[in-house]
Amino acid sequence: MDFASSERAGAPPSEITSAKIVIAGGFGVGKTTLVGAVSEIEPLTTEAVMTAAGAGIDDASKVPEKGTTTVAMDFGRITMAEDLILYLFGTPGQTRFWFMWDELIRGAVGAAVMVDTRRLTDAFAPLDYFENRHLPYLVAVNCFDGAPRYEPEEVREALAIPARVPLVMCDARHRESVKAVLISVVEHAMTTLVAEHEQGIVVA
Amino acid sequence: MTEPHDPRGNLVRPYAVTRGRTEPIRDIPIEAVLVASPAAVQESRFAGHDKYRIAVLCEPKAQSLAELAALTRLPLGVARVLVADMVADGLLSLHSAAPLKGYTERMDLLGRVLSGLRKL
Ligand SMILES: Nc1nc2c(ncn2[C@@H]2O[C@H](COP(=O)(O)OP(=O)(O)OP(=O)(O)O)[C@@H](O)[C@H]2O)c(=O)[nH]1
Ligand SMILES: [Mg+2]
Repeated sequence: MDFASSERAGAPPSEITSAKIVIAGGFGVGKTTLVGAVSEIEPLTTEAVMTAAGAGIDDASKVPEKGTTTVAMDFGRITMAEDLILYLFGTPGQTRFWFMWDELIRGAVGAAVMVDTRRLTDAFAPLDYFENRHLPYLVAVNCFDGAPRYEPEEVREALAIPARVPLVMCDARHRESVKAVLISVVEHAMTTLVAEHEQGIVVA
Repeated sequence: MTEPHDPRGNLVRPYAVTRGRTEPIRDIPIEAVLVASPAAVQESRFAGHDKYRIAVLCEPKAQSLAELAALTRLPLGVARVLVADMVADGLLSLHSAAPLKGYTERMDLLGRVLSGLRKL
């Protein structure tokens, strides 16, 4: 969508809100492909410098002389309105960068954990991570060509995904499919928020 | 000029553009959006090459910290230090990331994101 005309028409809106959704999953599961399918920009990559041990992201003062590494995250953008931008952040594929995930999920609306049925066990670590964080997430099974076809319930059982976590099938290359995944993430976040509100965990 | 040996080693180099500072004067979420003030490009001309590039990028459209780091090819932590300085100097205005608290605010944002996705 093009908001250029409204942007140019007057002063920029007084407050622009940005939201983010995190796309997680193991190495090569299709995170960048999914982001690219809906992003209005070619996915960009930002790099953070950190220690291999995971202490202090980007914080050189706490870094000993050895063991620094660079971790790359890619992301896309959807300008929804003059005053609302949604960012989609892909997690670094390697699990030794967990601490970077903590920064990524901070303030996120929700997350999708992508699963490749050819390498189901790669999903255990990311799923464990989200089970232990307070962020609504769902599982998106990326249907690769020639990959074994499973029923959603078979995947759920194989990965021991709790019933409260939605599971959807997707094709990360297709815009409509990715849209459906993101809509499910937001709907799940709303359902979770309503439930927490009713239980008095979240107050008005 | 010869630099004394710094025990922090190579990592210090990217921070040369921040004159060695590694802590931003305020924390900025990676998705928080920055808008250039009307005179930002003009005024940042002598604020250093990287601040100038950041101002130029924010001029035509609002950009997140993540976009600014990616487009300038600066490490995220370095971009965060520079951007925080520029906000303090009035060159950029920092717009809010999604609200973390309050049922009504959060529900409202989720509703707006949902309808934005449906319209894609
Ligand atoms: N057939 C098929 N191929 C896909 C699909 N999604 C991704 N691919 C391909 O799988 C490969 C890996 O996809 P990426 O999107 O780069 O995966 P990633 O999760 O970003 O990978 P890392 O960032 O390296 O962890 C690419 O060659 C994609 O073209 C899909 O849904 N179906
Ligand atoms: Mg990738």
